[in-house]
Amino acid sequence: MTAKWFIDASYFAVAVVFILALKAMSSPVTARRGIVWGGIAMVAATLVTFATPGLQNFGWMILAIVSGAAVAWWSGKTVKMTDMPQMVAIYNGMGGGAAAAIAALEFARGEVHGTVVATLAVLGALIGSVAFSGSCIAFAKLQGIMKKAWRLPAQNAVNVALALVTIGLGVAIIAADTINPQLVIAFFVLALILGAILTSPIGGADMPVVISLLNAFTGLAVGFEGYVLGNPALIVAGIVVGASGTLLTQLMAKAMNRPISNVLFTPISGAASGGGEGIEGTMKEFSALDAASVMRYASKVIIVPGYGMAVAGAQHKVWEMAQLLEEGGVEVVFAIHPVAGRMPGHMNVLLAEAGVPYDKIFDLEEINADFPQAEVALVIGANDVVNPVARTDKSSPIYGMPILNVDMAQNVIVVKRGKGAGYSGIENALFYKDNCRMLYGSAQQAIAEVITHVKALEV
Amino acid sequence: MEGFTAIYIFMLAAFTGYEVISRVPVILHTPLMSGSNFVHGVVLVGAMVVLGHADPESPLQLAIGFVAVFLGAANAAGGYVVTERMLAMFNKSGNKGSKKEGAQ
Repeated sequence: MTAKWFIDASYFAVAVVFILALKAMSSPVTARRGIVWGGIAMVAATLVTFATPGLQNFGWMILAIVSGAAVAWWSGKTVKMTDMPQMVAIYNGMGGGAAAAIAALEFARGEVHGTVVATLAVLGALIGSVAFSGSCIAFAKLQGIMKKAWRLPAQNAVNVALALVTIGLGVAIIAADTINPQLVIAFFVLALILGAILTSPIGGADMPVVISLLNAFTGLAVGFEGYVLGNPALIVAGIVVGASGTLLTQLMAKAMNRPISNVLFTPISGAASGGGEGIEGTMKEFSALDAASVMRYASKVIIVPGYGMAVAGAQHKVWEMAQLLEEGGVEVVFAIHPVAGRMPGHMNVLLAEAGVPYDKIFDLEEINADFPQAEVALVIGANDVVNPVARTDKSSPIYGMPILNVDMAQNVIVVKRGKGAGYSGIENALFYKDNCRMLYGSAQQAIAEVITHVKALEV
Repeated sequence: MEGFTAIYIFMLAAFTGYEVISRVPVILHTPLMSGSNFVHGVVLVGAMVVLGHADPESPLQLAIGFVAVFLGAANAAGGYVVTERMLAMFNKSGNKGSKKEGAQ
């Protein structure tokens, strides 16, 4: 009895620490401390669980923990910062898979009794399976393993039909007196397929929202399975993540002005956008020397980094340039669109990696009013998030998405590798504006040239 | 667990989750997503319990339980490492000392 009391008290403490850890993550100053506490709590919870009365199979358990943790630890330590979004997606999928496997094992043992328990077990299994296969697809896409966003004909109808059949099977499982293995297997297979086909047509800027949504799903699945197991720590941690993940998903969807239903059911597709109407003018080229002198003699420069900078790994060079300009008395700040990069806030992480202090980094709402006062807006490898078409062209697929008002700066310099359209395939009206100049080249090499010229100007 | 007690727990936890992150700045969205991802790694604990109760004579039960624990452990460990690495990079103006440590 005392062992049980000790275990329950420990789980309670762990749940409290998890909540505090998440709370600490709302400020960059306390965030790191928060995750460290969370890590200690997780280790404590794992150790305490070994003392649960009546457990067996310890050999398998330890082997599974050690191998799972080792694989994830190694991959997490070695992954490049630009590839972070897909790692978050795959770890999340593993959590969903674990929740689904818990339900599967409870069914296999015939340990699911009563309508309420059976309902929550089935719900957790469904959501967990969808999160698992959906996250695997998200990982494959971001990693570039799966390049095409393929859509079935009548995709939405297929999704709904499949979802209904899966739920029907779930209801049959709940209603049955004894567990029918065929029914359970069919249910899991369909749930996994459902997750895959829901995610496969989604691409582009919608991807982060989907990852966040799947993260919230996993939280819910964990919470439901916690009820099945009678473990309050799982319930609290799972539901807290489910709720905070849902809020985070909403915030992101709002930042792009795309309701979550649109993200799931009408994905952005580049091919569909003829767009381009009403874009006049020509693209004007600029040399690195010109760019250097314009920026060197400006009083304020706003840098807008995008994924193009990230993949070129140019954030270190960009920060070097920014520091040089600052030494020359230029005020340099960074403006980040909420969905710059492949994940909201991903760009902040990349800039942080290069050593850019976070108080020089501003988000869209904080900085948009400052663009008219800036002599130069330097856009590096960003496209859709600075496309003025989002304000003006109702027929554009990105119409209504809040953008950085780069076009309102006195001069705009765009560093870009070629003349083609960006990630979403939508033509960018900014490039044709009178105050815009194009500096062609990879971000790494273009910024390096600018640095050389800025240094020469110092003399 | 009593049915209604569980509903109270669900409800309070949901409100807590919503409140806890309601004022998070955009610059922390990615680490927060990753951090909450780490927190649901506590599913590991549940997976250990079900594997611990699996019938040692049943390869099917052992296999499912093994998968559950493996995935749960990977979720927790991976979520932790990735979040910690990201957060290690944030620093304020004029304190460049932590840069090297963060890059590691």
